[in-house]
Amino acid sequence: MFRRLHEPASTVTVFVDDAPLRVAAGETVAAALLGAGIAVFRAAPRHGGPRGPYCMIGNCYDCLLEIDGMPYRQGCLTTVAEGMRIHRPMEHEEPK
Amino acid sequence: MMRTSCELAIIGGGPAGMAAAALAATLGVDTIVLDEQRAPGGQIYRAIETVQARRTDDLRILGEEYAEGAALAASFRASGAAYEPDSTVWQALEDGRIGVSCGGVAHMVSAQRILFATGAMERPVPIPGWTLPGVMGAGAAQTLLKASGMVPNVPVVIIGTGPLIYLIAVQFARAGVPIAAVLVTAPEIGMTDALKVLPGVLRAGRSLLKGLAWRSELRSVGVQMVHGVSQPMVEGSSRAEAVCYTQGGLQHRLEAGLVLLHNGVIPNTQLSLGVRCKQTWDAGQHCWRPLTDDWGATNHARIAVAGDGAGILGARAAANLGRLAALDTAVRLGKLDLARRDRMAIEDRVELAQQHALRAVLDKLFPPAADLLAPVGADDIVCRCEEITVAELQDAVAQGCTDANRVKAFTRCGMGPCQGRMCGAAAAEVIARALGQTADQPGQFRVRLPVRPVPVAELARLQS
Repeated sequence: MFRRLHEPASTVTVFVDDAPLRVAAGETVAAALLGAGIAVFRAAPRHGGPRGPYCMIGNCYDCLLEIDGMPYRQGCLTTVAEGMRIHRPMEHEEPK
Repeated sequence: MMRTSCELAIIGGGPAGMAAAALAATLGVDTIVLDEQRAPGGQIYRAIETVQARRTDDLRILGEEYAEGAALAASFRASGAAYEPDSTVWQALEDGRIGVSCGGVAHMVSAQRILFATGAMERPVPIPGWTLPGVMGAGAAQTLLKASGMVPNVPVVIIGTGPLIYLIAVQFARAGVPIAAVLVTAPEIGMTDALKVLPGVLRAGRSLLKGLAWRSELRSVGVQMVHGVSQPMVEGSSRAEAVCYTQGGLQHRLEAGLVLLHNGVIPNTQLSLGVRCKQTWDAGQHCWRPLTDDWGATNHARIAVAGDGAGILGARAAANLGRLAALDTAVRLGKLDLARRDRMAIEDRVELAQQHALRAVLDKLFPPAADLLAPVGADDIVCRCEEITVAELQDAVAQGCTDANRVKAFTRCGMGPCQGRMCGAAAAEVIARALGQTADQPGQFRVRLPVRPVPVAELARLQS
C-alpha cells in the first residue's frame, strides 16, 4: 500500500504471524506493516470486520496488535525491534 | 531513569511544547518535556531532525513550512530542558501529578505546573466505509511521509475540504506519486468568496498566496480536482477498492486502493477533558476547546494549555502561545516579574494577531463539510471500536436519551479503547440531528482516566 522513497540505513527482522519480515530500524510497527503491503491489522471484536490504521498518531486504536505476547498494543506508537513477534488478532464474537 | 519532580512538565513535543520548554529553561525554570514521539517536532514537524540530517531530498517534497520546525527543535535541544521521548502520559491530575509510561515502566512525576501542548488531531470523517483498511486520514498519510519517507503505491483518492488536502496532494505530486483524484466537498472558491474575506486576506498575505500556488502546481501536473462533491462513500470487501460520490446531480465511481479523508483539524483535548478543564464550544471551528486566558491558563491553578490543543491556530501561533505560557509560568514560580513578562510577550502577541487574522480567513474559506460530520444511513458505523451504528444511536434517543453521556451508557458508543476520540463529535451530531438541536447541545463524552490504556502490572510496580 505504501513504498519507501529511500532504502533504509539499517534493518531489523520482525515476525508477523510467524512469518519473518525485514523492516527499517526505528520504524513504527504500523508503518512497517503498511510498507510491506499489509493493510488488515485485526478483526473488529463484535462483527469481525477487517481493520487497519486510520490516524497513525495514537487516536483511532484500529492498529491494535498483539506484540511480544502483550495484547492491545498500538502499532503506530510502538517501534520495531529485532526479533519482535507481532500477531494480528482476528478473533471476534460469533455473528448473531 | 525518569526524574520524579520538576517545576514545569510540558506534555507534547510539537511547536508549542518545544517553544515553551526552550523559553522556560532559559528563564531558569526546571523543565521536563514528556513526548509520546521518539524525537521533537510533534505531528506538524514530525521527524524534522532526521529529515534535515539524513533525508534532505524530502525537504523539497515536504516544503518550507515544514523546514521551519528545524530551528525550533534546535533551540529546544540547546535550551537545557529535559527531554523524555517515547513517554506516554496516561493521566494528569489537578494537583500536578502526572502518570507516564516509558519502555513498559510507569512513573509518577510531580510538577508545580503542567502545560498541555498536545496539539491537534484530524476531525474524524465517518463516511460509509470509513472502517475499511486502506481508508485513512490525509494527515495519517502525511505522518508516513514525514516519519518514514513512505508514499502510496496504489491509486489514491483524496476526499474532503481544508488546506491540507491541497498540501498533501502537492507533496505527493512532488514525490512523483500519481493521484487518481482530489474530491473537494466545497464548491470551487470563486472571486466573490475571496472578496468577502478580502480585508483578512490582505492582512494574512503570504500564507494564502502559498495556498493558491499549491492549487496551480496541482493543475500544472494534471491532478484531477473535482469540486462540489457530496455523499462520498468507500466500497470494498476486505479493504478499500472504490469511492462512490455525487457531483453535478450524477453518481460517480472511482477505483481506489487508498482513500484519504480530511475535514479540518480539531484540538486534542483528551488530557484537558480528563482533568475536567472547563471547555467551550467554538462555533466558528465547530469543535470543543478548553477555556484559557491570554496566557494559556485554565480553571485549574497548576494547569495551562498552549498550541492547537487550546483551539486551532496553526503551528506558528502554537510556538507563540507556548512562549506566552512559559512566561506566565515563570511569573507564577517567582522567576519573573509581571512588567518584564508583559514586555517579553510583545513580539509574540504581534505575531499571534497576524495568525488570528489568517485563521479567521481559513475558517471562512474552509468550514467543515456537513456531509462529512456524521453518516446518515441506518447501518453506517459511528463508533469504530464498539461498531455502533447510526440506527443504534437514534434508537437510544427515541428511548429518551437526550445527552451524549446517556446515549453512551445505553449503547456503549465511545466506551471502546479510543474512548470516544473518533466517535464523540459524530455521535453528538447524530443525537443533535435526531433532536433538532445544534451539535454542542448533547454535550461531550466524559473522559475517564487513564486516557491511554496502561497494563495493570505496570501500575502495580509503580513506586510512589
